[in-house]
Amino acid sequence: MTTTVEPIVAPAVRSPHGGLRDRLRDLVPKLVLAPSFALVLFFVYGFNLWTVLLSFTNSKAFPNLNFIGFANYQKLWNWTFQTDPPSNWYTALVNMGLFGGLYVVFCLALGLTLAILLDQKIRGEGILRPIYLYPLALSFIVTGTAWKLFLDPRLGLEKAVHDLGWSSFHFDWVVNPRMMIYCVAIAGVWQTSGFVMAMFLAALRGIDGEILKAAQIDGASAYATYRRIVIPIMRPVFLSAIIVLAHMAIKSYDLVLSVTGKNPGGAAELPSTFMYSYTFTRSQMAVGSTSAVIMLMTIAAIMIPYLYSELREKHR
Amino acid sequence: MTATDVLSDSRVREPARHSTTTRLVIYGLLVLFALVYLLPLVVMVMTSLKPLDEVTGGNMFYWPHDLTFAPWAEAWGTTCVGLTCAGIKGYFWNSIKMVVPAVIISTLLGALNGYVLTKWRFPGHKLVFGMMLFACFIPFQSVLIPMATILGKLGEFGRTLTDTIGVSLGFGNPTVNLVLVHVVYGLGFTTLFFRNYYETFPTELVKAAMIDGAGFFQIFRRVLLPNSAPIFIVTVIYQFTNIWNDFLFGATFAAGEASPMTVALYNVVNTSTGVIEYNVNMAAAIIAAAPTLLVYLLAGRYFVRGLMAGAVKG
Repeated sequence: MTTTVEPIVAPAVRSPHGGLRDRLRDLVPKLVLAPSFALVLFFVYGFNLWTVLLSFTNSKAFPNLNFIGFANYQKLWNWTFQTDPPSNWYTALVNMGLFGGLYVVFCLALGLTLAILLDQKIRGEGILRPIYLYPLALSFIVTGTAWKLFLDPRLGLEKAVHDLGWSSFHFDWVVNPRMMIYCVAIAGVWQTSGFVMAMFLAALRGIDGEILKAAQIDGASAYATYRRIVIPIMRPVFLSAIIVLAHMAIKSYDLVLSVTGKNPGGAAELPSTFMYSYTFTRSQMAVGSTSAVIMLMTIAAIMIPYLYSELREKHR
Repeated sequence: MTATDVLSDSRVREPARHSTTTRLVIYGLLVLFALVYLLPLVVMVMTSLKPLDEVTGGNMFYWPHDLTFAPWAEAWGTTCVGLTCAGIKGYFWNSIKMVVPAVIISTLLGALNGYVLTKWRFPGHKLVFGMMLFACFIPFQSVLIPMATILGKLGEFGRTLTDTIGVSLGFGNPTVNLVLVHVVYGLGFTTLFFRNYYETFPTELVKAAMIDGAGFFQIFRRVLLPNSAPIFIVTVIYQFTNIWNDFLFGATFAAGEASPMTVALYNVVNTSTGVIEYNVNMAAAIIAAAPTLLVYLLAGRYFVRGLMAGAVKG
């Protein structure tokens, strides 16, 4: 290396032609970020492309590159409408709709109710709030294990109610293949509604007190204040909550397995379990990757516009 | 965001005026919901403290009649996971060995990334961040097959190394594999957390340090790190909870003896042989939940902040 004249001025003052030191200094941040970005490029974007590629092949137990065009998509499309007997994919989609719909609606309703109730200047909030939130610290496997026992008709709720004297009470959903998916939704709502409560509560506490005072002075009832002022102000939080919940619903996998006990007979099939069983146990990897691509596309359709608008808003 | 509780009420507001009946209804509902949220955990704990015949013959809401800690000892030391009957203790340690390095590496990388993306911006920094952010939300099903292939290749390489130089250098080790997986798919979140935190950190301080001649790492160590304790706590807790609770990656990439805790619990509960020991299952479930529950009890405020930061970026 030839000796360069060291700049006497502070390094922050750049020489107009950019010395070696300056260029090195500009390079350091990029070098620090590069490994992480490379990991993400390879393991996220590269892998997603790889899965897309596999969805156009006829891979069985192992990946291969015999391309067969859109045949796998065609297959899933046909299965979408195969209701008698229902194809696994049809069951997965119906369950997704049931579970996803119930999960989002009940989490929102319960979360909003709890947040509004907690926001009434009540005593003991510091004790109550953590109780609604603690299920979030549990893994879905633990949650599923707990609810499987809790709802088990021979040991749990049904038996306890019988012991109380109401002997005709009947609640066997968790062992009834047709009703299992509702139990998954119950456990999911129990786990996540506290989180939605926290989102709404943070939003409620961000609302300017003056607006509420003005409404009070104008003689608005508490109901009208919430209905016409508070809830409309919180519209962005509803959107965030719905997006987060929808994305969690599509990704949920372990909860189904643990609540139902290994998803017997595919009764509680979801796209995530469909993907897993076709890929790793039924040796139809290409079909599995096709369903994974459909999941990815669905989540991308939800998340990309949302992330885009969130990132833009920040720099307004 | 400051270090205060995100849910604390700082509004100057008239206390809500409600009639006594309304207040009673509000408290009644809140307590009722609290009971519903607590019930499954209470039943779990009580079941784990009963002998098996009391579980199958009694009522799950009754207090244990013959209080026993035997199910806990059995879950920890002797219950069968798959074919081996040595309890869940080994799997608990598997999870610890996986969680600690994965949390440390992903958090440190996230801190550096957040620092670069806010204080050393370059053209295209927004696109880079956007791409890393989307990585948080992909369904992991869409990376499972390529990941299995790559980890298989790393395993082969490890075996070749063992044959030639005698050690595998960690290639093919299931714990190392899981650390890699969790670091890679946790990077988006850790970067997001630190970026949003450093975004509000005064750039003037960084500029001043630059004029004083401090370099990239010096500024990070002397100016940003001393002020980063809250976000480090939030990120570590978030990553710890997520990685400890993961099931999909553990079940796919670490079979048998190498499984993490969640997978072992699933196998204990869903065993198809012998009598179902509900009390032991529940004890195992509580042991599996204990580390994250403990973190929640000790640092709930930071836990909630992490959740919120992972959901709303505004």
